[in-house]
Amino acid sequence: MSAAAAASGVAALPRERDGILCVRDVALRFGGLKALDGVTFDVAPGRVTGLVGPNGAGKTTLFNVVSGLARADAGTITFAGRRIDRESPSRITRAGLVRSFQIARGFPALTVFEHLMVYGPRQPGEALLAAIVGSAASRRREQALAEKALAIAARLRLSHVIDNRVTDLSGGQKKLLEIGRALMTEPVMILFDEPAAGVNPTLAEEIGDALLQLATEGLGILLIEHDMALIERLCRHVIVMARGRTLAEGTFDAVRDDRAVQDAYLGGRR
Amino acid sequence: MLTYVLFALVVGSIYALLAQSLMLSWGLAGLVNLGLAGFFALGAYASATSTTWGHVPVPVGIALAVVAAAAAGFVVCVSTLRLRDDYLAIVTLGFAEVVRIVASNEVWLTGGTDGISGVPVLVPRSAGLGFHAGTLAIVAVAVAIVYALQRRLLLSPWGRALRAIREDQIVAAVAGKSVVRFKAEAFCLACAIAGLAGALYGHYTSYVAPDQFQPLVSIYIFLAVTAGGKARPAGPVVGAYALVAFLEATRFAGELIPGVSPVQAAALREILVGLGLLVVLGLRPEGLLPERSQKAPAP
Repeated sequence: MSAAAAASGVAALPRERDGILCVRDVALRFGGLKALDGVTFDVAPGRVTGLVGPNGAGKTTLFNVVSGLARADAGTITFAGRRIDRESPSRITRAGLVRSFQIARGFPALTVFEHLMVYGPRQPGEALLAAIVGSAASRRREQALAEKALAIAARLRLSHVIDNRVTDLSGGQKKLLEIGRALMTEPVMILFDEPAAGVNPTLAEEIGDALLQLATEGLGILLIEHDMALIERLCRHVIVMARGRTLAEGTFDAVRDDRAVQDAYLGGRR
Repeated sequence: MLTYVLFALVVGSIYALLAQSLMLSWGLAGLVNLGLAGFFALGAYASATSTTWGHVPVPVGIALAVVAAAAAGFVVCVSTLRLRDDYLAIVTLGFAEVVRIVASNEVWLTGGTDGISGVPVLVPRSAGLGFHAGTLAIVAVAVAIVYALQRRLLLSPWGRALRAIREDQIVAAVAGKSVVRFKAEAFCLACAIAGLAGALYGHYTSYVAPDQFQPLVSIYIFLAVTAGGKARPAGPVVGAYALVAFLEATRFAGELIPGVSPVQAAALREILVGLGLLVVLGLRPEGLLPERSQKAPAP
């Protein structure tokens, strides 16, 4: 990556203190395929960072590794100063780093409200004994989470479908719910995997506004997106991946003008 | 005739306990326990051997049965955690067969195929009708207690997390849930209930033998839970009593059809059970009592 990054005029190796999420030399192979082959970057809090690259570049695989669903063969991942590359997905989420899914995945038999509640952290009523005997702490927490869930639903304009099963939602509403349930975990940082894919342009704009708003509230956001106009509007910092490597990073304009990036997207001539 | 009705009700209540066990593991947690009959047998043998040969008091025997079944559930569950979900079904099916074959062959421990007779009863047999009615009361109280327990669990955040895990365990893990802990808790508790059912069954019939724990028992319970509703506290209870009522009613139906031999009548009965399930699922795809969601409070 260093040669490509140097060519784009960006510092070759980001320093640890730059980011809340630090990915260093992460590699993962599936049999003979090097899905990730030395990915290194930092994500800073308080802004939207774009992660772009042609299909098959390894972006979603990287999300899987960062969120704990897949384990890297090599490299380190640090979140808020703590190593997370050997942690389970549930512990990573509880540490404040949550992800969304590319294809809106969920619990078909559960309602919008239940989705939000399930994502609520630190519910003592999830302990078996507390569930049987019932505790005041659990009831208080349930009430607090319910208020938060209703507020998030209102913010994302899902209030009118709050008691509907997710299978009854439109594609756009499912995408909004993805954002909503990520917010329920009280995150420090969110990994968004194409949060605006397949929705109408107006809603895509609104989702973009929501992400910007979250970033101004101090959240770190890493965004996979193919819509370059959206990336240009949202991201002050863009990371480009290709063939499992970080190819370049910098401002949108800088990476757009980068020769290696253009080659990766257009198929390359070398 | 009254004795027969009471007998059918006791059997129905035992089936209800088994169905409640299956609702917890399969209906709530999505863990397909095809070896329900094995945990049922384990409970029956644990209590029967300890009370008949070990001469411990019956309540102690029942407690031992619950603990033994839960412990076996823990071992089966933990040993399959690294495998995909379907493997739990295969492993539990194998487990039930192992229990049955061990019970048939380890004569020193289980009495072999002769079984264990003279298992102490819950209510003295000399009470006549009172024996059946008294046992029914005890088993019905057990069903009621498990019902109340499951009602609480289903309405709790624990139950909600478990339903989420059933739907998609990867998303549930990303939601911050310790999938393995939830599944293990649900499965062990479910096995404990199956063990309780086994113990009560042994103390009712006073006789425990391997052929009472055929895989067909597990299948019948799956039918009961499917028909009743697999994620509602009352679903398995309704389903189990309905199943026993249906099985007992069809017992006589065969005799009413002229020109049908007893063997053919028995086969017809199985066909009717299958047809009955198809009708229920055709009319109520989620069972008689469909799953309920937690409603959002009014803002």
